[in-house]
Amino acid sequence: MATATAISAPPALSVRGLNLFYGGFQALKDVNLDIPPRKITAFIGPSGCGKSSLLRCMNRMNDLIRTARVEGQIMFDGENVYAEDADPTEIRFRIGMVFQKPNPFPKSIYDNVAFGPKLAGYKGDIGALVERCLRQAALWDEVKDRLKQSAYQLSGGQQQRLCIARTLALDPEIILMDEPCSALDPIATLAIEELMRELAPNYTIALVTHNMQQAARVSDYTTFMTVDDERSGYVVEFGETGEIFSMPKRKATEDYITGRFG
Amino acid sequence: MESTTPNGVRSVSAEQFHRSLRGRRLIGNAAVILFLGSTLVGLATLAALIIDVLIDGLSWIDWDFLSTYPSRRPPDAGLRSALFGTLWVGGLTALFTFPIGTATAIYLEEYAPRNRLTQFIELNISNLAGVPSIVYGLLGLAVFVFLLNLDRVILAGALTLTLLVLPLLIVAGREAIRAVPDSYRQGSLALGATRWQTVRHVILPSALPGILTGTILAMSRAIGEAAPLLAISGLVFVTFTPGHPFERFTVLPIQIFNWVSRPQLDWQHVTAAAIIILLLVLLTMNATAILLRDRFQRRSEE
Repeated sequence: MATATAISAPPALSVRGLNLFYGGFQALKDVNLDIPPRKITAFIGPSGCGKSSLLRCMNRMNDLIRTARVEGQIMFDGENVYAEDADPTEIRFRIGMVFQKPNPFPKSIYDNVAFGPKLAGYKGDIGALVERCLRQAALWDEVKDRLKQSAYQLSGGQQQRLCIARTLALDPEIILMDEPCSALDPIATLAIEELMRELAPNYTIALVTHNMQQAARVSDYTTFMTVDDERSGYVVEFGETGEIFSMPKRKATEDYITGRFG
Repeated sequence: MESTTPNGVRSVSAEQFHRSLRGRRLIGNAAVILFLGSTLVGLATLAALIIDVLIDGLSWIDWDFLSTYPSRRPPDAGLRSALFGTLWVGGLTALFTFPIGTATAIYLEEYAPRNRLTQFIELNISNLAGVPSIVYGLLGLAVFVFLLNLDRVILAGALTLTLLVLPLLIVAGREAIRAVPDSYRQGSLALGATRWQTVRHVILPSALPGILTGTILAMSRAIGEAAPLLAISGLVFVTFTPGHPFERFTVLPIQIFNWVSRPQLDWQHVTAAAIIILLLVLLTMNATAILLRDRFQRRSEE
């Protein structure tokens, strides 16, 4: 259905024939998609079109929902994420995730960043790693004098950057961002968007957003999803963000982008 | 109020509003008085009890009262054996209950599959919390004292009390674990933490204050119980200090129960004094648990 437009590098993640069910309800229908490496791919579409659900399939977070069932494949580094012998812990170690609401642990700023590497058995200089990640997340200057303070002393935007730093500490190949700015004010949103652009050359980012302007501002590629008559989500169109927004191939995309639908 | 509104007329006229407002305020005030009154009933009863006990017993408390054994003569009577019995039984009960209760709560909340069997187990744990304590006493007598042949010793008493208060702690522990925001759990798993690491490093630190509160409630119950231990120990006149879990024993509530049933006036004072000591033991234990709880709370919120 969605065809990639002239992407030369092998995809970071390939979704093939993906169906997602919550009990008897089909949330995603036959999703086929290639996520280009070291680019930002945005997912837009009306509420309930399954864009967050699709994201949560990519690192098997849907496993936490008891009624969830997945058919099809998500190929990552030559392996199917949903293969019998695939280990969700390892997949989540390599594919990081940033959530809708900032969710730092009730621990110090330092411990939040050190959490992942420590539990994964990191043997190097944790302090240096924490500093590197906080710098990468453009948070270091704001927190360097209070690393031992609770993460909850930070503002919402800072907390979200801390969550990004925490994810970076595992050097993930892909970062899934599930509406990372929906709980933030415009200034904090801008800071996160700038951060995404800075990370893009080195990380593959999949960004779910309900904010079309945000998709247009930060993403390299855009996936438009919508729902069919049975409320099942599917991919309508995938392409370079400029093309999707200026000359979409499908009428549904155009209607949504121009505000006639959704 | 008489100004015009977008609809022209108000749905509720100013006059109607004011007439009904008087009634609504009256009901509101009556409710506050009722609630305050109810609170005072409890407070006044508690205050009366404590003051009465203090008047009767405070002057009887001295070092001798704590350090001597029971006697047939009220002035010589002490509660050394009962105090040590309570400390032994209470300490062992806490030692058994805390890990078993916490582990059960973790299993039920974090690991158990959501099926009928789990629901059945959960329902019955709640039911067990309501079983009369003497039933546990008889169960302990049958299982620990006779079947396992432990004899009527401290260990048998502590195991019986463990069974008695375990449901309380499990229920409280589960509630504490359920109160941990799911976003912590997801954040941890999304960072490639295993289930156990998530429980150990995220869930437990957040739930610990609630679990300790549950422990306080459970231990208060255990320390104050006379009936089940009366069935297990059967002793009220112990003139030695128990030194290990396999010795026979008595506890403060049993000693109090025994003293209070004697006719002579002086025993009232001895009883009151013993009640004060029992309350002090309870308060000390609770204070320790609260201090621990606050320390963990501060550590996780700092």
